[in-house]
Amino acid sequence: MAKHHITTTLNGEEAEYLCEPQETLLDVLRDQVGLTGTKEGCSSGDCGACSVMLDGRLVCSCLVLGVEAEGKTVETIEGMANGEELHPLQQKFLEEAALQCGYCTPGVLIAAKALLETNDNPTETEVRYWLAGNLCRCTGYDKIIRAVMDTAADMRGA
Amino acid sequence: MSGMRYQAPGSVDEAVALLADANGAARVLAGGTDLLVQLRLGMISPDVVVDIKKIAETQGITADGGGFCIGASVSGAELGENAELKAAYPGVVEGAELIGSTQVQGRATMAGNLCNASPAADSVPALIAAGATCTVAGPNGQREVAVGDIPTGPGQTSLANGEFIVNIKLPARPANSGDAYLRMIPRTEMDIAIVGAGVNLVLDDSGTCTAATVVLGAVGPKTITVADAGAALVGSKVDDAALAAVAAAASAAATPISDKRGTVEYRTKVAGVMASRAAAIAAERAQKA
Repeated sequence: MAKHHITTTLNGEEAEYLCEPQETLLDVLRDQVGLTGTKEGCSSGDCGACSVMLDGRLVCSCLVLGVEAEGKTVETIEGMANGEELHPLQQKFLEEAALQCGYCTPGVLIAAKALLETNDNPTETEVRYWLAGNLCRCTGYDKIIRAVMDTAADMRGA
Repeated sequence: MSGMRYQAPGSVDEAVALLADANGAARVLAGGTDLLVQLRLGMISPDVVVDIKKIAETQGITADGGGFCIGASVSGAELGENAELKAAYPGVVEGAELIGSTQVQGRATMAGNLCNASPAADSVPALIAAGATCTVAGPNGQREVAVGDIPTGPGQTSLANGEFIVNIKLPARPANSGDAYLRMIPRTEMDIAIVGAGVNLVLDDSGTCTAATVVLGAVGPKTITVADAGAALVGSKVDDAALAAVAAAASAAATPISDKRGTVEYRTKVAGVMASRAAAIAAERAQKA
């Protein structure tokens, strides 16, 4: 079966790849494009480790076919920092040690960034519900939630 | 899954032709939040996946004769961002928004939820209660079908070969109408309903209920429209006695199974609780509408 030739805007730059019809966007990002910051957890849309932004929407890249990204914008964890300058969420997660093994962290950061872009002053409940689709088996979540709340406060003050 | 083709037609007719030509070996892709899981697990191995999102008629939420026309590609996130729809049909929107995580909301559609035909589908009871219909396109043209007539059993639909849902339509709202959807899950988020209840009702100027539909999910192979519960509301002020009658009727109508998420006894009891609470919320909303 012929591969599809896909052109996307990936982290702000045009990117092309070839993919099989059944390959997921997650497979393509990791195996074709070499962006391995996006993690595979459950591959069934439950864990959020593969979270990316697709045309400005938070999605699980394991639930998107690679061919569906044709003509769309994709943002991954690799595009979150501005060169050497970390995004405020990344900086805060380091300062407050809001991670342990780190496997869920790229997905959590992408999801948290999407939240703060739509709501710069979320309540703790709103943060917890927004991130309910990002499973972390290490931290017990409290440090993650606190880091997101503290980042939001910093960004409002900035 | 090897050899699967992907097609993204730009028109309803092209989509119908692709689906019909595949003779049952095609699957429709909208949000993909069920389809990709089924592909991955090897539960299905279609020859062709037909992505309907590029078809203009499946996109967006538009005003339609005082009601709404919701394209089959519209995600839960888009529903939640539509202030007019949320104001008119808060129960429909809250049902759809309960499906999965924020990530899933970015993709999942009500039409997909309907066609996946899970008895526990969260968007379906409120849609049926609202009297929603859908436009089904197929080889013989288009037909309007009541939403409740699409699922015929777990994982089964009444759609024939070559047919797919183009949009879902919600009727115009009379004054003083309101709806609500509640579900019971053992967790607080990201779970499958063990009972769902959608209620849609209309009050007159004095606060007396003039029409009501009560629909249960997850307590039978299909949703259950509880006629006795609707009848208990009509003519009442949606007071405690009427709500108790709703609860009794809903529990009596429930035909659940026992599984790891809940027993028959628990689900039967909770069906009444969810239905009566949803009715109370719908009435409160109708008073403010």
